[in-house]
Amino acid sequence: MNKFTALVRARTMEFLRDRGTFFWNLLFPVILVIGFSFAFGSGGDSLFKIGVSGLKDDSRGTFLELSSIEVIAYDSKSADVIEKLRRHQLDMYIDFDSMTYYLNDESSSSEILRIITGAELSGFTENEISGEPIRYIDWAVPGIIGMNMLFSCLFGVGFVIVRYRKNGVLKRMKATPVSPLLFITAQMSSRFVIVLITSVAVFTGTNLFLHFIVNGSYLLLLLITALAILCMISFGLIFAARLKSEELTSGLMNLLTFPMIIFSGVFFSLEGAPVFMQKASKVMPLTHFIEAARAVMIDGAGLIQIMPNILVLSGMTVGFLIIASMLFRWD
Amino acid sequence: MSDLIRIENLIKTYGNVRAVDGISFSIPEGICFGLLGPNGAGKTTTIEMMEGILKPDSGEIYFHGRKIDRHFKQKVGIQFQNTALPEFITVKETLELFQALYPNPRTIEEIIEICSLADIIDRDNRKLSGGQRQRMLLGLAIIPRPEMLFLDEPTTGLDPQARRNFWELIGKIKAENTTILLTTHYMDEAEVLCDQIGIIDQGKLLEIDSPSKLLSSHFDGALVRVPHFGREDLVFSDGSLSGDFLEITTRNLDKTMKELLQSELNLEGLSIKKPNLEDLFLKLTGTSLRS
Ligand SMILES: Nc1ncnc2c1ncn2[C@@H]1O[C@H](COP(=O)(O)OP(=O)(O)OP(=O)(O)O)[C@@H](O)[C@H]1O
Ligand SMILES: [Mg+2]
Repeated sequence: MNKFTALVRARTMEFLRDRGTFFWNLLFPVILVIGFSFAFGSGGDSLFKIGVSGLKDDSRGTFLELSSIEVIAYDSKSADVIEKLRRHQLDMYIDFDSMTYYLNDESSSSEILRIITGAELSGFTENEISGEPIRYIDWAVPGIIGMNMLFSCLFGVGFVIVRYRKNGVLKRMKATPVSPLLFITAQMSSRFVIVLITSVAVFTGTNLFLHFIVNGSYLLLLLITALAILCMISFGLIFAARLKSEELTSGLMNLLTFPMIIFSGVFFSLEGAPVFMQKASKVMPLTHFIEAARAVMIDGAGLIQIMPNILVLSGMTVGFLIIASMLFRWD
Repeated sequence: MSDLIRIENLIKTYGNVRAVDGISFSIPEGICFGLLGPNGAGKTTTIEMMEGILKPDSGEIYFHGRKIDRHFKQKVGIQFQNTALPEFITVKETLELFQALYPNPRTIEEIIEICSLADIIDRDNRKLSGGQRQRMLLGLAIIPRPEMLFLDEPTTGLDPQARRNFWELIGKIKAENTTILLTTHYMDEAEVLCDQIGIIDQGKLLEIDSPSKLLSSHFDGALVRVPHFGREDLVFSDGSLSGDFLEITTRNLDKTMKELLQSELNLEGLSIKKPNLEDLFLKLTGTSLRS
């Protein structure tokens, strides 16, 4: 066994045998994912949602008065509206200007609306598009897993190294021929593998029941996950570089992770948020992971589309590593 | 015998505390050197500078006549005064980890044999008793087949039996011609193990020599100790007050005893003995080591 393998092995065994931490790392996200899918699962109200454009006073469509139908007016037909229909956020879209209506052939609500509206819309052209519904959980799962990654990286590397410093394990290492770089790289590698495996396991495990939408490539998802983990671990290393007090470290980490989770759009979208908040969220690694993962899963984005996120994450990783290595002290 | 390690005028200051105040000495190859001193004397600070763990404010450390470099750590074994062990892994796994860190390590079997670890080899580090832990830490220290072994208070907190067992382990290592530097509060330990002794107090080296030479140069004859019961007026040549006791070092016991009888001091509690290191220590530092 060489030095590096031995260090990685020791750290990984420590993690695996620390049952509490181990199960917490695995169960916490699973519970969140399943909890959220139940809480926001079935969409709640049974309203039919119809998008319309070009609606005039003399337009046909008495069905639009029905109380079980919600009408959402749009200026004109656009790709956005069609996308909403594809994702089951609308059940039907009627463009009175061009006398066309659109239905989603994978939606049972669309099917019912065809029957309800059929008679009144004679003469209109019917268009069918298809697409699975986007549930809240499809949207939230990258955020939940990302959040868990953030905790696991910060506490599993940053906090643990501070503990090592406090209880003297670092000092014992300093007395051996191991260089700080090697020691830290070993800690990072162990944590990297652990977080990657738990993240993949949580996703795959919950996917068995919840069948998330993944329109893009799994490989790309894996890539962005790996990159985000590296970035978060490097972030954690900045704390690990010098701090001596476990209390201070965990306080600081909580202080920082809390806004990150709120402002990275883990649980709700930032689209309506003030511009400064949206800008501020861009300095957080978690935001870029979530953005990219959602783009791949929901929009089927490819490497090119998520390149900006990839570049930012890589840049941050390098930056964090440089800062951490400049600050690092054994004691 | 050539010097294996030599320190020159080491100084280390913490705030306004001069923990080590210009200490110089050298240790010949193959001997066991004991660093003695009361709490806070600067033993740990000195030994950690020699280990390359602490950077001295000034002064030099030479190993084989050359300034210590980055290869130094491969050649020395270190046991700290307080060391945490990695958690959740066993003694054997810890030994394996440290084995991997050195170029030419001892085998696990060898360490089990030398440090009597057979019965605890598969135990979690956190579940070791004080004595088992010290044996394990010694095991870690000797993994690199060190030319030089640093032991900072290796037997503090052990029961008398465990301490004697530990001395045996150190004896085995010494027999392999490993040079040892150890700090201790126990004079009997220093007398049994050490070929040379340095006594330090308040960051300064007070004396350095072999135990027997130290004793013969400081004590001539016998040491008479008797409680003075507050009679601080008593004057004896070669006598001194130390706490509640009057201590007289004498070559002429007959004369001293007669003088004591004449002084009408209550002689209840009088003892006469050949001075040992403990007495020397008290004489030099004015404090009890174990206080
Ligand atoms: N990290 C530190 N910061 C500030 N002061 C320190 C530090 N380490 C040691 N000192 C001070 O330096 C002096 C020497 O300490 P040192 O630990 O070397 O003593 P020691 O001889 O090993 O004592 P002991 O027998 O209690 O282990 C003490 O006054 C101690 O308070
Ligand atoms: Mg000490």
